[in-house]
Amino acid sequence: MQKTTRLGVAALSAVLALGLAACGGGSSSTPPASGGATAAGATGEFNGALTAVVNPSDKKGGILKFANAGDWDSLDPGDTYYGYSWNFIRLYGRSLVMFKSAPGKEGNELTPDLAEGLGTPSDDAKTWTYKLKAGIKFEDGTPVTSKDVKYGVERSFDKEVFPDGYTYFNDFLNWPKDYKGAYKSKDVNTDSAIETPDDQTIVFHLKQPLSNFDYFAQLPATIPVPKDKDTGAKYKEHVIATGPYKFDKNEIGKGFTLVRNDQWDPATDPNRKALPDGYDVATNVNADDIDNRILAGDLDVDIAGTGVQPAALGRVLPDPALKAGTDNPTGTRLWYTSINGNVPPLDNIECRKAVEYAADKTALQTAWGGEFAGGQIATSLLPPSIPGHEDFNTWVPGADNKGDVTKAKEALTACGQPNGFETNISYRAERPKEKAAAEALQQSLGRVGIKLTLKPFPQADYFALYAGKPGYAKDNKLGLAMNGWQSDWPDGFGFLQQIVDSRVIRDTGGSSNVSVRDPEVDKLIDQAMEQTDANARNGIWTQIDKKVMDDAYILPNVWAKALLVRSKNATNVFVNDAYGMYDYLGMGVK
Amino acid sequence: MVTYIIRRLIWSVVMLSIVSIITFAIFFLVPRLAGATSEDLAARYVGRTASAEQVKVAAEKLGFNDPLVVQYGRFAKGIVAGADYDYGPGVEHCPAPCFGYSFLTRLPVWPDLLDRLPVTVSLAIGAAVIWVIAGVATGVLSALRRGSFFDRAAMGIALAGVSLPIFFTGIVSLVVFSYGLHITAPGNTYTPFLDNPATWAYNLLLPWITLAFLYAAGYARLTRAGMLETMGEDYIRTARAKGLPERVVVAKHGLRGALTPILTIFGLDLGLLLGGAVLTESTYSLPGMGKYAIDAISHQDLPQVMGVTLVAAFFVVFANLVVDLLYAVVDPRVRLV
Repeated sequence: MQKTTRLGVAALSAVLALGLAACGGGSSSTPPASGGATAAGATGEFNGALTAVVNPSDKKGGILKFANAGDWDSLDPGDTYYGYSWNFIRLYGRSLVMFKSAPGKEGNELTPDLAEGLGTPSDDAKTWTYKLKAGIKFEDGTPVTSKDVKYGVERSFDKEVFPDGYTYFNDFLNWPKDYKGAYKSKDVNTDSAIETPDDQTIVFHLKQPLSNFDYFAQLPATIPVPKDKDTGAKYKEHVIATGPYKFDKNEIGKGFTLVRNDQWDPATDPNRKALPDGYDVATNVNADDIDNRILAGDLDVDIAGTGVQPAALGRVLPDPALKAGTDNPTGTRLWYTSINGNVPPLDNIECRKAVEYAADKTALQTAWGGEFAGGQIATSLLPPSIPGHEDFNTWVPGADNKGDVTKAKEALTACGQPNGFETNISYRAERPKEKAAAEALQQSLGRVGIKLTLKPFPQADYFALYAGKPGYAKDNKLGLAMNGWQSDWPDGFGFLQQIVDSRVIRDTGGSSNVSVRDPEVDKLIDQAMEQTDANARNGIWTQIDKKVMDDAYILPNVWAKALLVRSKNATNVFVNDAYGMYDYLGMGVK
Repeated sequence: MVTYIIRRLIWSVVMLSIVSIITFAIFFLVPRLAGATSEDLAARYVGRTASAEQVKVAAEKLGFNDPLVVQYGRFAKGIVAGADYDYGPGVEHCPAPCFGYSFLTRLPVWPDLLDRLPVTVSLAIGAAVIWVIAGVATGVLSALRRGSFFDRAAMGIALAGVSLPIFFTGIVSLVVFSYGLHITAPGNTYTPFLDNPATWAYNLLLPWITLAFLYAAGYARLTRAGMLETMGEDYIRTARAKGLPERVVVAKHGLRGALTPILTIFGLDLGLLLGGAVLTESTYSLPGMGKYAIDAISHQDLPQVMGVTLVAAFFVVFANLVVDLLYAVVDPRVRLV
């Protein structure tokens, strides 16, 4: 009690100090030093939950309180595409395989969930077979069969009813011609895509080899849905649970509660500890209030996992006691600048090298939001948490990362443009950070005579009509384009394929890859898609990363980071690399 | 009187229709004038990295490809006659008044509005009681002790109340009273009155006071000015000369005269607030009409925006009507024709 009050007062004085500093216009305020050591001892140290479990415990009971400044796209397993949702959904749904609930890199590992083991490939990785465990039931006691899994995938096909989801299964499975999903093509035989020879076996047939199909099998769309309980667009109001928790009260737009699912059998599930008795989740909550409440111990988790608001950032970082209760993971998002080889003189690799050398990466880091909320300076494409990442820096922009003007000038001379050249840089008009990054480049490239003109475009059409449309980009000399990418899962395919495969570039526009055109890279991608050995496959992704950097088609800026605040009341707190945020499956209550 | 009311009611319906047409036009015409296609509009309501085909399907489903008149007609028809909605495995009938289905959650809007109205009503009424009592009392006392320390202090605080925004006073008071001293409820807590009246009041106490602080300040200044004026009138002197006790002079003669403009403003303020106390509800994360409105607008969810706009407009129009009727009651010189 004593401690909470003191912390509360410390928190209050910090807020007041901030407010006063704001009024005083720049007068510096000293952070309060009270309440320090005790709090640090109790909640671990800065970044303590990145690689280890903070407050390990197996104590059951209690309620975990989550809040969300926004809202889920959908709670329906067939219609959700948010990272935090995939993290959280494991509490009430079980997919064929899942990411381990473990700290750091171990969280990237796939482990069977509904299935007895990982998938068995055959037919050159075009067919994948899974066997379901026996004894798994829905919350109403009905046994789960492979047909329920198949139905779940089939219904997710309908993008008219479920527009929020991904299209991996739509695109890769060998569906019958003109198939429209479980509702509109009710009586169509879909065995060409998914077969269920018996109640425990499910077989997926793909159109092309896919060595990493297990990542597809962890997607929430493989969570079984009982056909007679499916209410389509309204199913999200009461998803029939297979996990240790089920929905109690659910008011979309306000929040929901989860309670224990007595039909969940721990004997079938080595992955879930199911410690708390339930979860209270509030949605559409004031973002600053969420930060304040977590810092005060009144709330446990900001579910979005994207980090604290600027107000809390300014309060937490200068205070060692508060900072000790936070983690600053690097996620799976890369902010980068595409260097378009279609726009002269960037068709010459020496000119592209000049851009790589001249860029001031510390200025870029500041533009993206700084060391804690912006990101870590990136030297290659694959973020550190994705298997296949290797530390290398092909074009070292000086020892201090502020750009190597000498080498840049040498490259310009080799390119035949000793005095520099003029080109344009595009960014999304609605994104102030992209604008700041473009301005930072304008300044640092200006040092060697490369003159950039800023070209903002509306975000909605950025890829469809402007930067992502090859003809437009070439005609309008968009030599550089601000860009960003986050993978759907921690794997080279998920991260690299959409941004380096030249075959995803369409003349009609819409591709995220706006600059990488290298037939050798394409060839390597095909190899990776056929390589079923994970280690060998990750080696190929490393090779691809290096090749694209050698080509100097991409100037990596930062790998995004977020400052997360650890709950004072939770046990088993750790960051899962697969999601780049706290793992919501392992947490319990003190 | 009766014909007056009927005429005003008809006029109200016309007003609400105009409001809905303007909202609709802002939503569709402005992006269209800027060159957006129906697919561009639909792209807001699909998942990230949606394919062009997926967006096309969404545009068709949301009806963006139809002419605007047809789209508005569909909306108006839904309110009068209800609508049918395909939710996947079957078709559902949404009974009148059907405000349509959210573009994002794809759930009907009307139940949402009914669900959120009590929160806003609780907040507005509770705050109104506090601010009227506190504001008028402070105003009267200040006027009677003009120039005293109390007067100066009260008017100083009132000035602060009028100038400080709720997102500042709200967050500071949460940090002080809820997270620091633990004497009030944290943000994002609301219990319906029927569940537990005590918890209902406890949870709303801080929002009530914060909101009332803002309004009470204005009312105190208004009352003070009004009282100073009426207390200088001849009839007050007459009342005093008749030997009436000062209490009666102030309450019956002075205050009644000063109250007329306060009543007018109170009606309008309350009407506006019932449509949603946007800042208060956002700061305290109360799931009322105001929070609903701000979320709907930030997600560009037209059916939700339409619903909340119409309800808010209804309260404003209705409050105007009530205030006009009250004029006739309070001031005998006014006749409604």
